[in-house]
Amino acid sequence: MVINDIPEKDNTNIPMKKSKLQYVAKNKAVVLIAIAILAILVSFFLRFIDVRFFLDFPLDFEWAVKSRMNNGLDWLVINGAWFFDTTSYWIKVWLGKLKGFLQWMPWPIFSALLLAIAWKIGGRKIALLALCALFYIGVMDLWDSAMITVAIMLVSVSLSIMIGLPLGVLGSRSETADKILKPILDGMQTMPSFVYLVPGIMFFGLGNVSAIIATVLYSIPPCIRLTNLGIRQVDYQVIEAGTSFGSNRMQLLTKIQIPLAIPTIMAGINQTIMMALAMSTIAAMVGAGGLGQDVLVSMGQLDQGGAFIAGMGIVLMAIIIDRITQGYIESSQQLVTTRE
Amino acid sequence: MTNIVEDSKSNQSPLISVKSLTKIFGANEDQVTSLDNSEINKNQILQDYGAVVALNNVSFDVYPEETFVVMGLSGSGKSTLVRCLLRLIEPSSGEILVNETDILLFDNNQLMEFRRNEMAMVFQHFGLLPHRNVLDNAAYGLEIKGISKEERYIIAKDMLVKVGLDGWEEARTSELSGGMQQRVGLARALTVDPTILLMDEPFSGLDPLIRRQMREELAELQKELQKTIVFITHDLDEAVSIADRIAIMRDGEITQLGTPEEIITNPADDFIKEFTRDISQTRVLTIQSIASELEQVFNTNGNVADIISSMENSGKDFAFIIDDESKLLGFVDKNSIDDMPDNADINDMKLTSVEQIHESTVIEDVVSMTLENPYPIPIIDDDDVLTGLATHDAILQAFAVNAVQQQSS
Repeated sequence: MVINDIPEKDNTNIPMKKSKLQYVAKNKAVVLIAIAILAILVSFFLRFIDVRFFLDFPLDFEWAVKSRMNNGLDWLVINGAWFFDTTSYWIKVWLGKLKGFLQWMPWPIFSALLLAIAWKIGGRKIALLALCALFYIGVMDLWDSAMITVAIMLVSVSLSIMIGLPLGVLGSRSETADKILKPILDGMQTMPSFVYLVPGIMFFGLGNVSAIIATVLYSIPPCIRLTNLGIRQVDYQVIEAGTSFGSNRMQLLTKIQIPLAIPTIMAGINQTIMMALAMSTIAAMVGAGGLGQDVLVSMGQLDQGGAFIAGMGIVLMAIIIDRITQGYIESSQQLVTTRE
Repeated sequence: MTNIVEDSKSNQSPLISVKSLTKIFGANEDQVTSLDNSEINKNQILQDYGAVVALNNVSFDVYPEETFVVMGLSGSGKSTLVRCLLRLIEPSSGEILVNETDILLFDNNQLMEFRRNEMAMVFQHFGLLPHRNVLDNAAYGLEIKGISKEERYIIAKDMLVKVGLDGWEEARTSELSGGMQQRVGLARALTVDPTILLMDEPFSGLDPLIRRQMREELAELQKELQKTIVFITHDLDEAVSIADRIAIMRDGEITQLGTPEEIITNPADDFIKEFTRDISQTRVLTIQSIASELEQVFNTNGNVADIISSMENSGKDFAFIIDDESKLLGFVDKNSIDDMPDNADINDMKLTSVEQIHESTVIEDVVSMTLENPYPIPIIDDDDVLTGLATHDAILQAFAVNAVQQQSS
């Protein structure tokens, strides 16, 4: 009898609670609708009595912030001129030399080298694809433009790697750095690509340099993210073994973590290259030469055919580079796979 | 493997001395560590602090050149324990003295030097570097010590030959079978010539056949290298076959510590008894434990007549002859002594040489001798002094007792 009493009590309690909850839920909807109606009525009323305080936001900081920022940037442009000028100078020298070299190199030599690389890393199929692409670029008279694009890509992607790799490593080793980097990278990846043209023009003026800066800013996030991820993903048992033999942090990094993260790091670099190529037409707006400029100029002249031909050149270039790097990622992946 | 340790345990100082080592996993590690040790109740701590007690007040000593086995099931804390010895896991409290220095007080540089020179570890999952070939894997420990390429390749090649991987230097680790990968792991640990070798379930991932083979090869290597080994396993059979001493762990505590013989013959609780059921006592009991008293043993000062009369009185048709220092000289049977004249000197007798067994030999290793030889087997101690005889009856009895015990339990 005593035992029977307890469940009975519970049984009566639970339905009561439930019904109360249902009652509250129904009530909530009614309350929400009432609030909405009230809000609209009050809005009508405030519009009717027409008091400025309620119709315009009483405080305005926009002017203050905007002018401060503009002043600050002006200050930076003037006082940081030496830095921007030197950077600009070296990028120009680097790009100029590279561009000169690539355009100077006779087409059969460049083609042979590219085909050899494609064959070695990607196999016959990719070599064949590369051959078609080279043929297309040749017959469509895109060779010179293509070489300029290649030069710009080489410079901006190298810069991305030079900055992105160390940042990725930093993010993988320090939780603080990771916490700081993550929101910045999120922001960079949601930012519309046109926005990246702004700092380039402001600090470096029109031309290839600001195009390269914009390209680097746009294409660097995957390099940082995937380097970070790749190092974090390295099998902890291998790290533990390395530590047990007395490796210091630098030895762990250079002898174990980075070599084993290579496939992931390469996937990041592949993404960086693809994004850089995607940026080439947009970067042409601030004066980047190459295929992107061909597309832009043709568009401006309402020459859709020309734009298509040059655009196709960019696409083919992207496909070849992608396939070659993918081939490399696959082979390096095999190299670092553990089998038990 | 050897009996050296037991004999010298009392007068030798331990190489590793672990004192009340405790490891708590969880957010409230410090709080739990500061609790009174006697009050520790694992479930209570898990409830109150959300912390797991992995090691609870563990103390033991490991002596030089000893093979010390830590045995326990998964979750018993044995892997945590061995990682604490290298500080791959930081203990919450306690002391780990190696050569009388507390390694828990080491700063980063000291710890690195310690790991590079004193201890090396072999891992259950090998932990090889897949991007390097076998030789570079084996040479890894030397590489990070900054030893030149030529020198470290010479040492590593030498060690690869010792573990039976001659000719595989250029192979990728992913091309090797599990057993071969673990040989690379072993070679990598041995190239740095550590004082102490830590082995965390090194053979658990291997096939039973390969496992036994590796065990035997490790025993061979150990004879040559004479390392101090701390060996982790969940397999009592493995523990018994390689250990000088075994520590049995359960729930983060050592429940019994002793020689294989002590553990098999005298398990501390039902849990250990359950484990030891399938292990034959004859594998751990030494021949000394079933030795009968000396009989039919004669000094060279006696004469042949005594021997003959003794044979006739006891009905035993054999005699062992010893010298003044009680060392066995040889053996005579009734047939050969009957040919001698009664007054002959014992020294003139033609003695048959006979195989002698050291007193630490386990019974199982002696059984095969009973097939070849109908007479009792002489037992000697470290100084070759004859201390007892093992009769066939006694050996048979040991097996019979074991069989009865296994059936009844």
